Amino acid sequence: MTSTSVEPKTSPPNPEPERHWKDFFGFSTDHKVIGIQYFVTSFFFYLVAGLMATSIRIELATPNPDFLGAENYNGVLTLHGTMMIFLWIVPTGAAFANYLIPLMIGAKDMAFPVLNGLAFWLVPPGGVLLLTSLILNQPPVAGWTSYPPLSLISGEVGEMMWILSVLLLGTSSILGGINFVTTIFKMRIKDMSLYDMPLFCWSMLATSLLILVSTPVLAGALILLSFDLIAGTAFFNPTGGGDPIVYQHMFWFYSHPAVYIMILPVFGLISDILPVHARKPIFGYKAIAYSSIAIAFLGNIVWAHHMFTSGTPGWLRVFFMAATMIIAVPTGIKVFSWVATVWGGKLRLNSAMLFAIGFVSMFLIGGLSGVMVASVPFDIHVHDTYFIVAHFHYVLFGGSVFGIFAGIYHWFPKMVGRMMNETWGKIHFVLTFIGFNLAFFPMHILGLQGMPRRVVQYDPAFTTLNQVCTVGSLILAVSTLPFLVNAAWSWFKGPIAGANPWNALTLEWQTSSPPIIENFEEEPVLWSGPYDYGVDREQDDDKSVSELLAEVKAQM
Amino acid sequence: MKLPTSITTLIAGILVTLISLWYGQHHGWMPEAASREAPLVDDLFNMMMTIATALFLLIQGALIIAIFRFRQKPGDNTDGPPLEGDIGLEIVWTAIPVVIVMVLSVYSFEVYNEMGGLDPAASRDPGPQKTAVVPGTAMAATLPGQDKIALGVGASPKQQGNNAMVNVDVLGLQYAWIFTYPDSGVVSGELHVPAGQDVKLKIAAQDVIHAVWIPQFRLKQDAIPGRDTQLRFKPEVTGTYPLICAELCGAYHGAMRTQVIVHTPEEYDEWLQSQIAAKEHGDGLTVAQIMANTDNRLARQTQDWNISPEAIATLQHMHPQMHHHL
Ligand code: HEM
Ligand SMILES: [Cu+2]
Ligand SMILES: [Cu+2]
Repeated sequence: MTSTSVEPKTSPPNPEPERHWKDFFGFSTDHKVIGIQYFVTSFFFYLVAGLMATSIRIELATPNPDFLGAENYNGVLTLHGTMMIFLWIVPTGAAFANYLIPLMIGAKDMAFPVLNGLAFWLVPPGGVLLLTSLILNQPPVAGWTSYPPLSLISGEVGEMMWILSVLLLGTSSILGGINFVTTIFKMRIKDMSLYDMPLFCWSMLATSLLILVSTPVLAGALILLSFDLIAGTAFFNPTGGGDPIVYQHMFWFYSHPAVYIMILPVFGLISDILPVHARKPIFGYKAIAYSSIAIAFLGNIVWAHHMFTSGTPGWLRVFFMAATMIIAVPTGIKVFSWVATVWGGKLRLNSAMLFAIGFVSMFLIGGLSGVMVASVPFDIHVHDTYFIVAHFHYVLFGGSVFGIFAGIYHWFPKMVGRMMNETWGKIHFVLTFIGFNLAFFPMHILGLQGMPRRVVQYDPAFTTLNQVCTVGSLILAVSTLPFLVNAAWSWFKGPIAGANPWNALTLEWQTSSPPIIENFEEEPVLWSGPYDYGVDREQDDDKSVSELLAEVKAQM
Repeated sequence: MKLPTSITTLIAGILVTLISLWYGQHHGWMPEAASREAPLVDDLFNMMMTIATALFLLIQGALIIAIFRFRQKPGDNTDGPPLEGDIGLEIVWTAIPVVIVMVLSVYSFEVYNEMGGLDPAASRDPGPQKTAVVPGTAMAATLPGQDKIALGVGASPKQQGNNAMVNVDVLGLQYAWIFTYPDSGVVSGELHVPAGQDVKLKIAAQDVIHAVWIPQFRLKQDAIPGRDTQLRFKPEVTGTYPLICAELCGAYHGAMRTQVIVHTPEEYDEWLQSQIAAKEHGDGLTVAQIMANTDNRLARQTQDWNISPEAIATLQHMHPQMHHHL
């Protein structure tokens, strides 16, 4: 190694605060500030959309519309879906990517810092637009899919605000995507090959490629939709000779990949969290990396499986069935690899690990029902029913949200410099786990038995199961409280974390917590692969990273 | 007593297999199967449930065992073994999903074909059909027995090329279903069909997208404005089943449901004759009456929902226009 090589910094705990709280409320170009801005903003919308979810479930505790009422229900439903997707899951992926990618690859910042700030500042207006539509009492009511002709005839104001909001959020994610790809390709420290990157970087690479290919098509669909809406054109409007099915194709050409845009970053987080707390290398690094790319590719050619009962010809349905089924293969590879990573390790069952293992087992259920709905004849029965609502919540909540919480518990000490409280973390986990399964598992049965989705009123025969779901959702609502209190308290009062509280090997743990403005005092040097756990280090359990490094260097 | 791992693995394997095989058949999650198509779908679903249960038990089991067995011992801060991969294992578990999805795809394809999904008359897309938007022609355009290509589920392979015994034109509109029997001109707010005979629904939508779903038949097809779709099936078990709108179509989407009544062929004939007679006497149902009934139902249901009178008025507004269409 060259003479410039330095040890990873185990700098003094909690270095002097370099930032003022005001830095977080203005236009910043520091990827760490932007990351935290993303986190806090999207978490705010998570709480709002969660309140909406709770009111949806309270409404559905009885078969008749008596809480929100039939007129308001679809508005709340549409906003819940839209905000959860475009203002919580997608921006939270960007939050992690912003915070972690430069640190993980040893860069000082993102490739385009100003663009990065801009991408973030498109998010709050997007959210404010949606909330304004609610305050004006004219929310969009055509569901988050906004299919014409319904979206063309049910309230221009709300629909237009929805379109503008999604356009802003889509633009934001395109700008983010450009930044992530460039940063990953151009900003790695010189010794780091693509195969030395932590898997989160691989998954963000795949995600960003997906974003760049598919999001513009959504923008196209929405712009045409807005022409139909306000300029009287008839691209999708059948009364003028337009074709609503074309909208569905364009919409799902984005929105199917979008589900991978939501879940791939979380796959990456999990691949980075499990090895640290299992004290074992990730099992099958290349298999996991390539499967992300495979999923991104396949994700682009399966959109019409959302349209099996719509205007899709039979032979085409069969083609999309086969393409969809194949995705089970790369996804299966990931799940098996995660299980093998945990197997035989020395598991630290802290909050991060519990959420990560919870993620694997909940995502497993969502994946199994996903293979089922890929099958055309079965999907014909369950399409647009509560079976689907159950399936996608197992993927999006059991998958994404569990993974996000795992990520927050894992990286909080890095971002804030203080540890979170483990007891409250575990209470949070247990409540989330129980509430989640109570709220969503019975929905599978409801759908199979005959309850369609997006209904404010249902057959009274389904009351009992619905009430179980409602109780579960109330537990879920309560489960966020321990987390909020814990995060707020630990932010100011938690025990000092130190640079590397988990004894992790990726680069972001080789600088102080929180990292200094330029991330590393000197350009870090790759001294270990991201997952070299257990390599010749069994006897060194109580040595610090710097002592270890000294040894490594002495041996060279 | 401590058993060798190979034996415990074997026992676990047998147990998982037995439990999944049993559960795959006994989950009891599907409603009654009342059409020729339903048991086909149910058998497929049972097989998927068997596989899913087995995979769930194996993977979830491994995770739970790991949580207990491989938990860090207090004071032990060493790492686990540096196992980075195992080509053999990785090939095996790539192969397992490959085999599973191949089997499922082929089986699903068979079921779909057997249901009539690949009937050439139903599996090509003729594109939007302008006729449906020209007032006055929408429903009247179909002559008895005339087979226009329409998307959806068509005739089973044995029936291909034959006309269905019973044809019904289905029109979905906010928030009612209207069933017209083109051979006799009978109009109904409920779907009446004879057991054991081939039925074909020609499905259209007046305003927005709706979807015909009959859970007990395991069949669903969107009703799309400007484009005809179809469902062809054979009801098998007499009884009354729900027919539900499964595509978000507005505020009262949840109330857009009616019934399918599967009669014996004799009862069906009686019903049809009585409807024809009533129509000739001038007291058969008209579309306006069906709509009025729907509105009454909505009004009844919405009394305590405190919805605006304007909403109901909008609904009523649509009747003259409807008249025109039929
Ligand atoms: C906090 C717990 C949650 C509860 C209790 C909940 C509940 C529900 C319910 C009952 C529906 C269906 C309503 C209907 O079809 O009539 C629904 C729809 C939906 N949810 Fe959630 N949800 C929760 C969290 C989430 C999360 C975390 C996401 C995604 C990131 C999400 C995304 C969606 C989407 C996309 C829809 C479909 C909206 C539409 O059809 O337009 N939900 N949710
Ligand atoms: Cu409808
Ligand atoms: Cu509907």
